[in-house]
Amino acid sequence: MTALRDAFLSAAVALGLFGPMVGLVTVSSDHGLFLRARPVAVAVIVGLVFFGRLGMLTWRGRNRAEATRANRAFAERITRAGKYVTPVLLLAALALPFSGSRYYVDLGTLVLTYIMLGWGLNIVVGLAGLLDLGYVAFYAVGAYSYALLATTYDLGFWTCLPLAGILAGCAGVTLGFPVLRLRGDYLAIVTLGFGEIIRIVLNNWVSLTNGPNGITGIPRPTLFGLRFSMDGGDGTFAGFFNLEPATIQRVIFLYYVIFGLALLTNWVSLRLRRMPLGRAWEALREDEVACRSLGINVRNTKLTAFGIGAMFGGFAGAFFATRQAFISPESFTFIESATVLAIVVLGGLGSQLGVALAAIVMVGGLEALRDFLSFLGDQMGSELFSGIASELPLYRMLIFGLALVVMMVLRPRGLVSGRTPGVSMTAPKEIDAELVAQGRS
Amino acid sequence: MLSVTGLTMRFGGLKAVDDLSFEACANDITAVIGPNGAGKTTVFNCITGFYSPTSGSIELTHPDGRSFPLHKMPGHRIAARAKVARTFQNIRLFAGMTVLENLLVAQHNTLMAATGFGVLAVLGLGRYRAAEAAGIEKARFWLDAINLTARADDPAGALPYGAQRRLEIARAMCIDPVLLCLDEPAAGLNPRESEELNQLLLRIRDLGCSLLLIEHDMGVVMRISDHIVVLDHGKKISDGTPAEIRADPTVIAAYLGEGEEDEVTA
Repeated sequence: MTALRDAFLSAAVALGLFGPMVGLVTVSSDHGLFLRARPVAVAVIVGLVFFGRLGMLTWRGRNRAEATRANRAFAERITRAGKYVTPVLLLAALALPFSGSRYYVDLGTLVLTYIMLGWGLNIVVGLAGLLDLGYVAFYAVGAYSYALLATTYDLGFWTCLPLAGILAGCAGVTLGFPVLRLRGDYLAIVTLGFGEIIRIVLNNWVSLTNGPNGITGIPRPTLFGLRFSMDGGDGTFAGFFNLEPATIQRVIFLYYVIFGLALLTNWVSLRLRRMPLGRAWEALREDEVACRSLGINVRNTKLTAFGIGAMFGGFAGAFFATRQAFISPESFTFIESATVLAIVVLGGLGSQLGVALAAIVMVGGLEALRDFLSFLGDQMGSELFSGIASELPLYRMLIFGLALVVMMVLRPRGLVSGRTPGVSMTAPKEIDAELVAQGRS
Repeated sequence: MLSVTGLTMRFGGLKAVDDLSFEACANDITAVIGPNGAGKTTVFNCITGFYSPTSGSIELTHPDGRSFPLHKMPGHRIAARAKVARTFQNIRLFAGMTVLENLLVAQHNTLMAATGFGVLAVLGLGRYRAAEAAGIEKARFWLDAINLTARADDPAGALPYGAQRRLEIARAMCIDPVLLCLDEPAAGLNPRESEELNQLLLRIRDLGCSLLLIEHDMGVVMRISDHIVVLDHGKKISDGTPAEIRADPTVIAAYLGEGEEDEVTA
């Protein structure tokens, strides 16, 4: 009964909120601006809220213990499925360019960029437990390093890539020094500030970065010296292999470049997790004081985490610059940091597979949702929903936000939340997420 | 071995430790006792580098003759170079890591040296593999010593309380200390567990490691210590063998109390 009353209340709130926002739309005509009512759309939303709330309360009314057990069983199933999901994902990623669709390859490149950023940030946030809200700063340092080195000194992508990584790593260490004593929320605020500082410097140091106009004409990468240009002459990819020159060749090449870079990130962080350094990062996340009592140099260990995480951000940034051929400070706003952090948190702190899945869902899923909503809008062109159909794709962020909230209610520790130990005497056992610290203390 | 001279630690207007001097001899179990708030844990934090003392000196001399001024060294160096290990009053294990990983983290410096700045080991080169095998062997030795070999791959946070206490001692021993500082190791243990703890501590001493311990459980203190230092209000009020301490009227007045005579001898 209380559930029913609660649902009614929620519906009333929804009516108050969506009544003016969705129910009234301004239409301009020759005679001026008119208000038009859309009662059906409001009714649909209010109905959704009513039944959604009712369903949620009934679901929650179940036995709590049973819900916990179901959640744990789900976690175990995901872990077991993980063994099969990883090769399937890898094969799918390898085979994607053979679809021949430029749209999918472009989308795949974008998703892989975020996967790589997610894996890089995972070292800092997931393993070392240092909440970093300014990761985009290193992405920007990498991108501008490549862009400036390439346009000023005429260096190639493969020469600049390690340099961009090193410069971004140095930026990471430089940021790391002053914030070493900070933890949790304070660290988050300082890193957030650092991210903004980098963007503002890029915006205002016009003599070096060309300010808000950005840097254009950034060279594309080559395949062992073969260029991907449209003239098809000697020294180009198409000319060498006697192919018809096409843009898709470059797009596919870029896709495989980021695929390789992402795999490198994954490999290094998986290796490091089995090494003393990775274990020290995790120990730092668990208990900093105990680390100190065991003779671990907390300062250096934190700096390596910042440095290595930033280095991979720098690699990704250099790739971003070469792919876009144009960068400006606008590409490096806080929303990028927030997206990457959301990917890491949603995926499960410290989990490589989780981060990949979360990036696919967050970046690829958002695109898929836009497609689906446009499709839905085309289908329901009826009088009943007049007006709302065309703007349906605009609601994707709303739906997406809702999905995130639901996700955090159901699986607060992320998609793949358990932790697999890097070393074991007999068979490695999954460690329950409840026991693993999140580096907030 | 360890000599504390004129140690003073102030927190604002409060003198937690006041001009304290004592010696702990090699291969001895030295107990620091005293009522709550006497400054025992502060002394420990000064020795292990968590606080830097306001004044006074703490000198540690290794069996091989090298000597370390602990009052001037940063915290992690004290464990890494001077080889002073410690446990905590409230257990500080890496709860989300396995028992084995806890013991390997303690060998971080040894293992890290074998990785060649991390680069070689990431590439699978160098002598890291052998170093890790040796590390696991050492961990196995201590796991056998504390009866936890069967649970090596369980998360440390899932162990029962007594086992967590023992694991913390084993973890501290994995840095190969010459001096092990234990902050109330018997707190919360039942009589059988605390008897096991006694045996473990005696075994550690026989392996050539000196012990310094803070303890309220007089059963443990009187039975295993070779030397006792009594603190009250940051000052040393007595110093001697267990028999001397038990007979000292100032200690009885300040800490042991008359009625507890039975408990002490029990």
